[in-house]
Amino acid sequence: MMDQFITLLPELNKSFLETLIMVAIGLGVALIVGLPLGLLLFVTDRDLFLENKWIKGVTGVIVNLVRSVPFIILLVFLFPFTNFLVGTTTGPVAASVALSVAAIPFYARIVEASARDIDRGVIEAAIACGASPWLIIKDIIFPEIKSGLISGLTITAISLIGYSAMAGAIGGGGIGDLAIRYGYYRYDNFVMFTTVILLIVMVQVIQYVGDFLAKYVKKG
Amino acid sequence: MISIEQLCKVYQTKDRKIIGVDNVTMTVEKGEIFGIVGYSGAGKSSLLRCMNILERPTSGKVTLDGIDLLSLSPKELRTARQSIGMIFQGFHLAISKTVLENVAFALKASKVGRVERKRRALELLDLVGLSDKADQYPAQLSGGQKQRVSIARALANNPKVLLCDEATSALDPNTTQSILKLLKKINRELGLTIVLITHEMEVVKEICDRCAVMEEGRIVEEGKTYDMFAYPQNTLTKRFIQTVLDFNLPKELLEHSKGTIVHMKFTGKLAGESVVSDLLQNYEVRGNILHGKVDYIQNKALGTFVIELTGEDKEVQQAIESVRKKVEVEVLPHDGSVHHSAAGAE
Repeated sequence: MMDQFITLLPELNKSFLETLIMVAIGLGVALIVGLPLGLLLFVTDRDLFLENKWIKGVTGVIVNLVRSVPFIILLVFLFPFTNFLVGTTTGPVAASVALSVAAIPFYARIVEASARDIDRGVIEAAIACGASPWLIIKDIIFPEIKSGLISGLTITAISLIGYSAMAGAIGGGGIGDLAIRYGYYRYDNFVMFTTVILLIVMVQVIQYVGDFLAKYVKKG
Repeated sequence: MISIEQLCKVYQTKDRKIIGVDNVTMTVEKGEIFGIVGYSGAGKSSLLRCMNILERPTSGKVTLDGIDLLSLSPKELRTARQSIGMIFQGFHLAISKTVLENVAFALKASKVGRVERKRRALELLDLVGLSDKADQYPAQLSGGQKQRVSIARALANNPKVLLCDEATSALDPNTTQSILKLLKKINRELGLTIVLITHEMEVVKEICDRCAVMEEGRIVEEGKTYDMFAYPQNTLTKRFIQTVLDFNLPKELLEHSKGTIVHMKFTGKLAGESVVSDLLQNYEVRGNILHGKVDYIQNKALGTFVIELTGEDKEVQQAIESVRKKVEVEVLPHDGSVHHSAAGAE
């Protein structure tokens, strides 16, 4: 068994790294694009300080559109775009394009939902202070949902690990890909179990770290 | 200071219009504490929120120190809001910020520099008596302390007006008293104009110079607080006054009484005069005191006195007539069914 493991190790290392790249890029983009998008969805909502039916409506529809497409379809659908962007449709970086596109609306909705939990009165008090919309977002909304943002990132990361397996199925690489190629197609139970255990450990670690950070930033 | 002209606020829901404020015209003078009383749903909160345009009136005019608030650009309005502090029933403090940061936020809104922010925030916390709590989080404070923090935040930019939206309604009676004292103190020391809305007449009695009673979006009565208590005209005003001045005589007492039960109300200077003892000396009647109380409103006395007079009918009648010239008198029925009105019916 140890022999089997040692033979598998280089492949496992490579896959692990690929998964990390995919999840990291997806998370990064989710944070950079999804976070502002989520805040935009929130502040343009009814009775909020930047209420705007059009922006809210259009953004909402786009977000739902992306979210309603099954990931594996999205992946294929985005091939031309991926090709245009990174020059190839295989490999972890190429897979990251679709992962990012899926992660943006996913995280945006989580951000929006945690912002909705803020006591509206606090925002109202800030408006009554004469604060500008930007100051309210930066200084009231953001700190109030910081913990929720981290929990949301944790959820997104774990979902991305799941999605990355699908990306692997069409040439993206990663642990999921390994599991499917060896474990599923070749009936190699050893590889199957090893990869599954690795995935379980990965998810547990992310959840643990995420919970810890979310708790750490929560004050008061 | 604040002048409101023909203000209307209509809420449009899917199938109907709800009138929040119905054609209200009123003025709040500089330096006074003005109270708006009404049951929930009377429109007082809408009216108050129109004063800093937290809600945009459907029609009408709101001016603060001569500035038409509805004509301002968003940026100008934000500047104007810095001169209007506001506190709320639910305090509305940011839970992720310390007490100091909460107060400093208002200063950030007016672009005060970092060092000055801290200095001023500490000064304000000192004013509200919470300097030792600067680094704590709102969750660690009691309701009264939270309201003090929100008062400090509201005062941060040296406002001309402080709007209080049911500021004491979530507090216990003792804490309410201490918050009211604080409001009174800042009103006097800083010359701050205060507009407060409440459903507690006790609050009005305690600190308001003038007050208005609201019902169904309209102001039904308005005047100096003492006058409102002493000479209420509107039924609703009378009902609110009762919540403070009222007393209930036991039903049995009224039913078994053989004499005439007379309710007298003494206003102003009369509260100090010996009307009752004169009555008992000058007429052949005997008096049995059932209730007596003097309330001080705006440092003026308002006395309520209930006495049972026995003796010959004629003497009793004459005695009552003689008092009627000086004070408001009401003869209470014996069946105890009619709820007595502190307002007095002539």
